[in-house]
Formats: sequence, structure tokens, C-alpha cells
Amino acid sequence: MSEQINKQPGQSMHGIGAVFARLRRSPLAMLGLAAVIALVLIAVFADYIAPYGYAAQDLMSAFEPPSANHWFGTDEFGRDLFSRIIYGSRISLQVGFIAVGIAVFAGGFLGAVSGYYGGRLDNLIMRGMDILLSIPSILLAIAIAASLGPGLFNLMIAVGISSTPNYARIVRGSVLSIRNQEFVEAAKAVGSSDLRIILKHIIPNCMAPIIVQSTLGVAIAILTAAGLSFIGLGIQPPVPEWGAMLSGGREYIRDYAYMTIFPGLAIMISILALNFLGDGLRDALDPKLKQ
Amino acid sequence: MTGNTIVEVKNLKKYFHTKKGMLHAVDDVSFTIDKGETLGLVGESGCGKSTLGRVMIRLLEATSGEVRFYGDDILKYSSGRMKDMRKRVQIVFQDPYSSLNPRLSVSDLISEPLLVNRVCGSTAERTGRVLELMDTVGLARRLVNSYPHELDGGRRQRIGIARSLALSPEFIVLDEPVSALDVCIQAQVLNLLNSLQKQFGYTYVFISHNLSVVKHVSDRIAVMYLGKIVEMSDYQSLFKEPLHPYTQALLSAIPIPKVGEKRDRLILEGDVPSPIEPPDGCRFAGRCFYRQEICTRKTPELHEIEPGRFVACHFARNLSRRSS
Repeated sequence: MSEQINKQPGQSMHGIGAVFARLRRSPLAMLGLAAVIALVLIAVFADYIAPYGYAAQDLMSAFEPPSANHWFGTDEFGRDLFSRIIYGSRISLQVGFIAVGIAVFAGGFLGAVSGYYGGRLDNLIMRGMDILLSIPSILLAIAIAASLGPGLFNLMIAVGISSTPNYARIVRGSVLSIRNQEFVEAAKAVGSSDLRIILKHIIPNCMAPIIVQSTLGVAIAILTAAGLSFIGLGIQPPVPEWGAMLSGGREYIRDYAYMTIFPGLAIMISILALNFLGDGLRDALDPKLKQ
Repeated sequence: MTGNTIVEVKNLKKYFHTKKGMLHAVDDVSFTIDKGETLGLVGESGCGKSTLGRVMIRLLEATSGEVRFYGDDILKYSSGRMKDMRKRVQIVFQDPYSSLNPRLSVSDLISEPLLVNRVCGSTAERTGRVLELMDTVGLARRLVNSYPHELDGGRRQRIGIARSLALSPEFIVLDEPVSALDVCIQAQVLNLLNSLQKQFGYTYVFISHNLSVVKHVSDRIAVMYLGKIVEMSDYQSLFKEPLHPYTQALLSAIPIPKVGEKRDRLILEGDVPSPIEPPDGCRFAGRCFYRQEICTRKTPELHEIEPGRFVACHFARNLSRRSS
């Protein structure tokens, strides 16, 4: 009997395997996961997938509608839109993941310190975050991007900072709920340092909401980045960014609608996929929702 | 109670700020504990016994007072010195379900104290010590990679005990170590604690609200009511002849497992008053059968009325005769 119990894998309740098993029950989440994986593969192997270079101009074949040669048609310089969208996935994913990375790191640090120490420090940090939160995040991103100047790196910083307060709030909330649990006191009783308690005991126990929020956050970051590029504060041509492509196609929307439809679809599909995945993860990581 | 004293608590106070005023959780408590003995600390929920236990090992900072460990006041220690002190004073928590980090395996949990205090140099040495500790507390070695949620309450509490033993402490605060466990596991854990004490000579403070458990393990018993110790003596005399009216009422509430057994039950009226800004006088005065005018005016001190017997009641001498 006890041998049988012992054969069960060590992390039957909270292991990655169990979360994935629950995730598999949601078809939408699996669809999202598949699309996200496909997106990542496309970005990695863009050089092999794209039939043309992203900046290769062919003025003779400008404004061509979708055809067998140019699946998504060509733009005003005769660049192949399909290739540009393929390459664009690199930029979008980079911006999405790195911006969220910045936000999770900065927000996580501020939130953890704020929640763990409490008191005046907590007040100072969270009121600062409240100020950032009171400004609509897209406006904040515009302001930061405008002051830093255009460019990929600045774009990531702008998007990252503008979503930092969200993560700070989430992490602070989780830390507050975990800080008063007895195992934190138990760690203190055996002499663990504050840093060890935060890193080893508190953070691992509040990962679930952070994972969910960052999956959804990547989608928001991609959209924000596309928006900034659309108004000219993000990626500069000829680098193929979906938002910038949308903006470029806008002038021709009456006659050559496909120039805006395809980049728009690319943005929509990736955001939808990430949202499906994020929602699925939220359910899978919350054992209370388990049927 | 002479040169053998390991811990001396002097006028220890712990107040909490609340919106309604100062909450006197532990109010001017003094006692001593001898090496190798078990001091039982009983009282109802909210009387400050757990707070007292935590203040004694500085998991909470005291408002005022002293806790002398071999004559040295550890409340005055710097955080660096306190870290060394943590190896010598340990605590076992009440709830083995919430006092173990659910993300750590048994070996992680037991090796944490060794790791943070750099007790064992190498990983191999640490693993060896973890297995040794598991043997000591009676955990099967095959559970070394299990997680707390896979184990029952008794095994979890054994992990908690192993953690507190890891640093070979001298003094352990047992904060209701068995009250979250079912009765047969309670007995196992109590026997384990008992045999560990015999083997290694630990000094215990055993906090509990369960009188039968305390009677089973303690050499001396201190009874707390609303942040104060009202009576303290060796367990035989306390159970045979309780002196404080609160202790008398408490003891009369222990159920006797005998059909048809009738006895004089002392039923206390009213509720425990609020520990926030308590008025002068005896804390128990409002519910006491023997209340006199002086009780609401003057706070009774804890007096030694016979060698080793302390009572905080103005009429302790008279009451002992009256009740018998």
C-alpha cells in the first residue's frame, strides 16, 4: 500500500505535468498554445520561410494584389508583404517578451519589497505605482517613447515601464497573502535571511498569477508596440514591424486594402492566441477551479 | 531554580497597536525555566500564550522586559548575534499544514536550517545529516523526496520537529505541537518529544490549551489568563490543589471519562474581557466567585506562597482552604 503511494510522481499536485494535463482539457488554450508555438517557430526560422528579403524592393511589381508569387501581395515599393510579416514576427515577439520581461522584473522586485517590508516603504513605492497607473498605459508609453526617441530598444523600455505597475500590484498582493503564513515565520525561526525568504519561500508560491498576467501581458505589449509604431514612435522603416506596416498601408487603404488587412490579421491572431493561452493557464494553475 | 536556570523571563511585555488602543497580549510576565525541564503553558485561546512563546525566541519583538538565556538578555542582541542564537533556541509550530513551504521537498525542508546557518560544509554531509534527523524523528528514509502535501499531519509535524532539531538547540518552544493532529497521532508525537528530551536533554516550553496533554508532558505548569500568569507550580500540586479561582474553574472543566460521574463543576459567567486597554485590578475579577472590593482596585502580583508555588490572587491562601 505505502509502496504504491510512494510510486506516485513527486509533484502530483503542483508539478508542470499536472498543470499541462489540466491545460489540455481546454481546447481554446491548446489552440492558443499551438499558435504561439507556431509563431515562435516562424520567428526563429524566418530566414528559411520567407521567400523574399524584408527590404528587397521591386518597383516593377509594386501594389500587386495577392497572387501565387506574392501570397499577401506587395507594397508601394514592391516588397513582398508575406515575407515582411514573417520577419515582423521577430520584432513583435522580441518586443512583447522583452518588454514583459522588463516589467515582470521591475514590477516583481518593487512589489515584493513593498509587500514584504510594508509600512512607509510600501506606501512610497505603491503611491509611485499609483501615479503611473493613473496615466493610461498607452499614453504613458507614448510619453516615454517620445522622450527616449524612436528605436527598438527604447520601444521595449517604454512598453516595459508602462506595464510595470500592474506587476508590482499583483506581486505585492500575493506577497501580502503569503508573508503572514506560518512557513515564512518558520523560515525566520531557523535564521533565514530576508532575501532568502523572499526568493525561496515567497516568490515560488506566488508564481501562478505572475505567469498568467505575463502571458496576457505579452499580447498587450505587442499591441502597444504596434500602436506606437503606427504613430511613428516605434520601429522605423524599413524594419518590418506589424504596426508600422499597418501605418504604411493606411494611405492606400481604399485601393489596396490587403496592405493593412494582413498585418492587422497577424497582430490579431497572435494576440488572440496569447489571450487564449493566458486564460487557459489561469484556470489550469488554479486548483480551486479544477473539476 | 538556582544555578540550573536556562531561561529567565523578567517583566516581559508585548503590546500591539490596534485601532481601538493598546492590546496587552503579554503583560508583565516573569518566570524561570530550569535546564531539562518542561514548562507547560496553558490558557484559553487569545490569552497570549503563543505570543509569549514567540517573544521569548524573538520571532516577535518585545515591548519591554528581559529574556535571559544563561543570564544574558537576548532581547538586547544585535541581529548578527541573534542569528547565532537561533541555533540554540528553536520553535515547533502548531499547524504542520501551514508551517511547511508546499514547494519544498522533505529534504529541502530539513536541510534549510543547516544551509542558512552553514552548519554542514558539503552537500554529502548535509544529506547525511538530513537522513540522520529523519531517523531521529521516525520518518522513513524513502520519504526524503516527498512533498508535504503527500504526507499526513503526523509525518508533517515530524518534519517540523526535525527542522527544529537540525541545529541541535538547547531550548525549544513547542507551540501547540499536537493540537492540529488527531488523537492517536497526538500520542505518537508526544511520545517522540518525550523521548527526544530524555535523549538530548532539551528544555521545552510546551504551549497548549489542552490540559490533559499538558499534564502528560509537563514538569511545571503556568496558567495564563489575558496576558498574565495567574498560577504556576509543579504539575502534581496544580492538579491536586489549584489555588487561583481561574485554575479551579479550568480544572473542573476537564471531562472525566466515567458514566454517571457527578462532580462540582465551576461554571464561569460572562466572557473573557477585551485585552485592549484592560482596567486596573485583577484581570479575572469580573468573573471571579470570590471577588472583593480590592480585586478591582489593585492588580495582584504573582507571589510565591509556598516554595515553588506562585499565585496571583489577593486571597490565594484563604482560597486553597475554602476549595478543599
